[in-house]
Parts: sequence; C-alpha cells; structure tokens
Amino acid sequence: MALHIIVTAKQVSDPEMPISAYSIDAAGPRVVTPATFQPVINGFDENALEAALRLKDSQGATITVVSVGGQFALDIMKKALAMGADNLILCQDPLFAHLSDSFVTAQVLSAAIRKIGAFDLILCGRQASDWDNAQVPLMLAELLDVPCLSLAQKVEAADGKVTVEQLVPDGYVVAEAPLPALVTVSNELGAPRYPTMRNIMAANRKRPTLWKATDLALDPALLTSRIELVGLSFPSRTQQCEIIAGADAAEAGRNLALKLREAKLI
Amino acid sequence: MAEARGVLVIGEVSAGQLSGTTKEVLAAGRPLAQQAGTGLAVGLVGHNLASAAQEALGAGGDRVYMVDDALLAEVRLELYLAALVELCRTVAPDIILLGRTALGRDLGPRLACRLGVGVLQDCLRVELDGASGRLTATRPVYGGNVLAQARCLATPQVAALRPKAYAPLAPDPARQGEVIAVPVALDATTARVAVVRQVRHDSAGVKLEDATIVIAGGRGLGGPEPFRELQELAGMLGAATGASRAAVDAGWVPGNWQVGLTGKTITPDLYITVGISGASQHMAGCSGAKVIVAINKDAEANIFREARYGVVGDWHIVLPAFMEAIRSLH
Repeated sequence: MALHIIVTAKQVSDPEMPISAYSIDAAGPRVVTPATFQPVINGFDENALEAALRLKDSQGATITVVSVGGQFALDIMKKALAMGADNLILCQDPLFAHLSDSFVTAQVLSAAIRKIGAFDLILCGRQASDWDNAQVPLMLAELLDVPCLSLAQKVEAADGKVTVEQLVPDGYVVAEAPLPALVTVSNELGAPRYPTMRNIMAANRKRPTLWKATDLALDPALLTSRIELVGLSFPSRTQQCEIIAGADAAEAGRNLALKLREAKLI
Repeated sequence: MAEARGVLVIGEVSAGQLSGTTKEVLAAGRPLAQQAGTGLAVGLVGHNLASAAQEALGAGGDRVYMVDDALLAEVRLELYLAALVELCRTVAPDIILLGRTALGRDLGPRLACRLGVGVLQDCLRVELDGASGRLTATRPVYGGNVLAQARCLATPQVAALRPKAYAPLAPDPARQGEVIAVPVALDATTARVAVVRQVRHDSAGVKLEDATIVIAGGRGLGGPEPFRELQELAGMLGAATGASRAAVDAGWVPGNWQVGLTGKTITPDLYITVGISGASQHMAGCSGAKVIVAINKDAEANIFREARYGVVGDWHIVLPAFMEAIRSLH
C-alpha cells in the first residue's frame, strides 16, 4: 500500500534578503521585513518535501503538506503542490501569528495531524531559517509518540520501517525505526526540485484546506506561550577591516602573509 | 517569583570523560545558582560515570545526580530521555541548562516537551532577570542578523547554550560534593530506534573544532580542486580545513567540513577564508574566531564587515603568492 507522508512546512522571510532590509518593531517585539521581499517556504522544509517526493517517485506515496501560521501568502505555499505534493493544509489563525514558543507550534501541528488521521511518515525540515530553533519536529514526535530520527541526509521506507542516514559530527549513522515515525531532513539530502510547468498549472487549480484554531479543538491552555520574547536588537559590528593592498593581487597576497606574521598570528 | 529550587546542568560524558561543553555550561550555571542562592546540581546519564562525576564537581558542580546503567553505555535517545525525566523529577530544579551539542540538540526539546515546557535555544548568554527572577537568554536569530532576548514563563526553565559561548572555570580538584545515584528501571524494549551501522569519516590532520588556525573555502573557489591548495596551506600552518555550506552543497568537500549554523561552530585564533562571501548562516559558525582574514574579489562581500584583515582580489593570484610568502617565512 502506498505510504501516506506528512511534510511540515513553515512560511518564512527570505533568508537571502540583505541584512539592511530587516527592521525591528520594538513594540511587538518583532522582526519586520519589507513587503517588497516575498516570503518563501523554509528551505529545509523544501528538503523534507524533496525527500517525500523521492519516496513518491520510487514507490508511490500520498503527500500532505501541513503548515501553521497567522497569515499565509497562498501563492508561496502552493509551491509545495507545484513541486508534487497532493494536499496542502494551512492552519491559519491570528492566534498562530508570531508564536514565540515552539512547544505551542508543536501542539497546533499535532492537533492538525491527529485531524488528518492515519500516516506512515512525517518529514520535517531540520530547523526554520528564521528562528533556527530546531525544536518543533522533535516536540511533535514526542506529542504524537512516534520514533524520531533527526538530521537525515537520506530517507528510505520499506517493510514497515524507515531507514535513514543521520548526520553526526564526524560522518553519519544508519538508523531505522518502525513506521509510523518522524524524520527531520537536512540540506545534505540534496536540492529540492523545481516545479514543472504541468504541476504549476495543476497546483493553480487546487485549493489548500484552511483550518482555524476552532477547527482543531485546541485546549486554550496549551496555546499559552511558556516563552516570552522580551526584546530584539541588531548585533553591534565594531570590526574595522584593514584592507591589505599591493601593486597587484600577488603582492597583496605576499603583504597579507607579512602582516599576519607581524601580528604573530602565524 | 517561583521558589528557588536550584539549577541543574545536564552533562555529557564520552569515553568516561566529562565533555568540554558540559564544563562551559557549568561555568554559565555557577553565577545563576549563586544569584538564586541555591546549589548547582549536575545530572549525568551513562555507564561508569564515577570519574566524570568527580570532574563535574571540579568544574563547578555542587552535587551530582547520576543514572549509571549498562543500558546507557551507548547513546540511545529514548533510554537517555527516560533516565533524564526521572532525574529531573528527583532533582525538581527551577532551571535546567544543557549544551546545544549534537546530543543536546536531540535531548533538549524532547526532554522539555516531556516536562511540558519549551526551550530557550542556542543561547549566547543566560541570566536571571532582575525584576522577575526568571531565566532570560540572549540568542541569535535570523541567521545571526538579529539578537533576541527571551524569558521563560513556566517552570522548569530550560536553556540550551551554544557551545563555546562560555569559557569553562579553572578545574579545582579539591572541590568536594555529594554523588547521588538515581535508580531508574530502564526498559530496553522502549527504544524504537536502532542503529544499523556507523560510517565515520577519517578526519586526517587537525580537528576542525579544536584547531587554533582554520583555513576555509567557499563558493568562490569554483570547484573541488582548489581545496587541495587549502589543505596544503593548512599543512604549512598546522591548521584545519573547513568550508561554507555552498561548497558542501555543491559536493566539493564532505559535509563534516562545514562551518556555520548547520555545520560546526569554531573559535580559532585565526580564521582565513578564501572565496567565502560571509553569509550570516556561515558567520554564525565562526563569529567566535579571534581574527578573521578574508580573501575575496568582491569588495562589497559581507565577510569584509566581519574580517580584521582582507585582500580584495582574485584568489587564483592572491593565494599562491600568499602561500609562497608563508613558505619563505617558515
């Protein structure tokens, strides 16, 4: 029987945006990005979707992408369908905007996944490029009580088991767990595919499913943040770079070596 | 303000020795415990922990709680978590600190979730807020472009510290303290994840995380071949070699070369970058370097905002001349 794979995805501000484009709203407090920069699907979540699509290509699978947020840019999130996902569920509610506590996000996602029903595998990006918490997937595995394998660079599923290559500091570990399970995917898996024109057209005709907080029967107590964001600031950059010159690039290279020796660094 | 019940540092032990990061976390926890007027407890799980427990006392701990079991001789997350949950129930701390290491990245969020709270992740600094007495942390977000200050509202308050954010205290072998065994009935059948095999890359030469000099290359090198020149330079200087994520994603060098947010965090005395633009995701892994040197042809590259010395020029020309000069200096 074909696998049912759930992929979690987050809408984030474009991490390629220049640093100068960010501003801080101290009253939020929150990071503000200009409207001229479109948000994107978190890159690591696209890696997770790519892992799901490879399983779909090789053995057939139904892929449901689920996301939690305050307000989605539908065209951006529909890229998941254009890449080849079958369903897109957006848990969209003002209550889900600017969640500062991953524990709350994980609660909402777990409620959504319980509502979706049976699944074989959950694939998540290793972390989101905005808050870099790397927390929601692990908590989600706990809340759903499924085995959790983190930092995969390769994901295979067969005979009721998932087998992954997990990155460790000096190499990788091959580990396996019975399905259903949750796997976090790292960029080492490889670049996510581009949507084909045919899939883009098909995605345009599909409508994402929208769920509000009330659709998920969430206990309000679980939505109470246990972490409070107190302030945001830009780090001070006081470093003055001394540009080492020379008559030409080669001399500049030689002068750099002399400068480092003079500074007793080499 | 919650009644102060103490600070617990969750330690890591490898081959019987307390990890360097654990000593850093103890250094971070010491002033918090003093400020809160409580002791600094250390929690260890593993097997044959006696000597690591003494190390933990010498590194700043007041008391050690340990779950010492043959089933914990190898890291098995589900068993580690079961042991840690019991240990946390026994100690009932107000604050739990751990390192955001490879193991800590897995343990922190899962342990916190079992305790019904979230984690302050990737903290550069932790302190007690003067007014509320709550644990408050400073941490980089948005790839290091923004610093956030966040506070725990629930108890226990859990924070995971970025490795190398704190320096360890000078070890004091004269420090004494109680070592308490926490009995936990572990059930090996609850471990659902099984390791099939391990593939370790030989990192010949100097280890990236420990090196005092690191030479790294990025997208600007254009392919895998120039990294051989970087290795040759590293050989001359007794340095380790690293790379940016772009070079790793392109398949030019193995993943364990990667310095950055999703790679290794390094704090060398000298960090020489060649063809690295200095994207914030990269800088997150090397901002602790004492001196950064940049060779890049783009004078506008972000790396020059972070570097102490720079050469604006084509590495094809700059690097051989630089290496030649170093050869003649040696």
